[in-house]
Amino acid sequence: MTKRSLYALVLGCSRLGAFLANRLSEKGHSVVVIDEDEASFLLLDRNFSGFKIEGNPVETAVLHQAKIHKADIVIATTRDDNINIMCAQIARNIFKVPRVISRIFDPSLNDFNLLKDIETICPTTLTGDLMIKTILDEDKDIQ
Amino acid sequence: MKYIIVGGGNSVYYLSRSLTSKGHHITIINRNHNECTHLARKLKAVIINSDASNKKILEQAGASSADAIFVITLNDHDNLVICQLSQTIFNIPKIFTLVDDPDNEFIFNQLGVEKVLSINRILTSLIEEKTGYDDVTNLLSLAEGKVNFTKVKLTPASPILNKNLSDISMPENTLIAVIIRNVNPIIPRGSTTLQADDQLIVLNRPTEHSKVIRLLTGEK
Repeated sequence: MTKRSLYALVLGCSRLGAFLANRLSEKGHSVVVIDEDEASFLLLDRNFSGFKIEGNPVETAVLHQAKIHKADIVIATTRDDNINIMCAQIARNIFKVPRVISRIFDPSLNDFNLLKDIETICPTTLTGDLMIKTILDEDKDIQ
Repeated sequence: MKYIIVGGGNSVYYLSRSLTSKGHHITIINRNHNECTHLARKLKAVIINSDASNKKILEQAGASSADAIFVITLNDHDNLVICQLSQTIFNIPKIFTLVDDPDNEFIFNQLGVEKVLSINRILTSLIEEKTGYDDVTNLLSLAEGKVNFTKVKLTPASPILNKNLSDISMPENTLIAVIIRNVNPIIPRGSTTLQADDQLIVLNRPTEHSKVIRLLTGEK
């Protein structure tokens, strides 16, 4: 099976956003990164071959400019949960983007039932679970 | 009535002052500590210094028994999440919010938040109306955007000049409510004829909007 090149929209050039944009671009996918702060694009690799848009990702006009209706995947990785939640819903429910992934730090917002067609990843519970596992496994060794 | 108000600035203060003076019970949620201190000094209201996009905070503010919530923070994305939590988790009967970006009125409607107003859109259309540069001005929309009020200035190019109104076949769900001719308002009847430079106030459904505008202006 030949792998198809994806059109990926990364919202927020945070550490995570830049990481994803760099990796996806390296693997030959078309990537567009949107961030309000131009300086955040410094996190992108020198050979990043995608596009950068300086703008607010919750602004529909900016999403139009990024051709969101053509995106195969939208990944919301700004530092603000509410921005990610809003962008993810716009991408999924209004522009019908097939795959939408959103980072949500607050575990209590993560099970928000409006996000049903959106894949959410909560770094807090992921890290927390890992830490608990490490702590308890360590304990087992001691005993 | 029990109201929750989320946000800050003078609008929250004036709104709360007006509602408390009418005997309503107000709870304000505001993220800024200094603002909370000021509001607490000036108002007879419960003030919660916290982030309202959180179930526990809304619960603490009495969301499960509130009659209405007004979500008027300066960030559209915060307003959206707070409205959606109020709606889906607490079933607050009346939810009202403001948006900064006029485009977000539509976005919020699509995402299930119905009572949304953009001050910027109102301001823009007011200014456009006052400066009168365009022949077509959207004045306002009512019933969650299902009815448009539009002002159309007829140019000599309009195909409907000098005809009886009753002879013009208007699209469905459309009404010419008022004709303003040389500053005088005329309530039109079937026998009224239209003249160049008339300003029409038209009521219509958004689905017929472009059809109506084409008919009145003759533009393609």
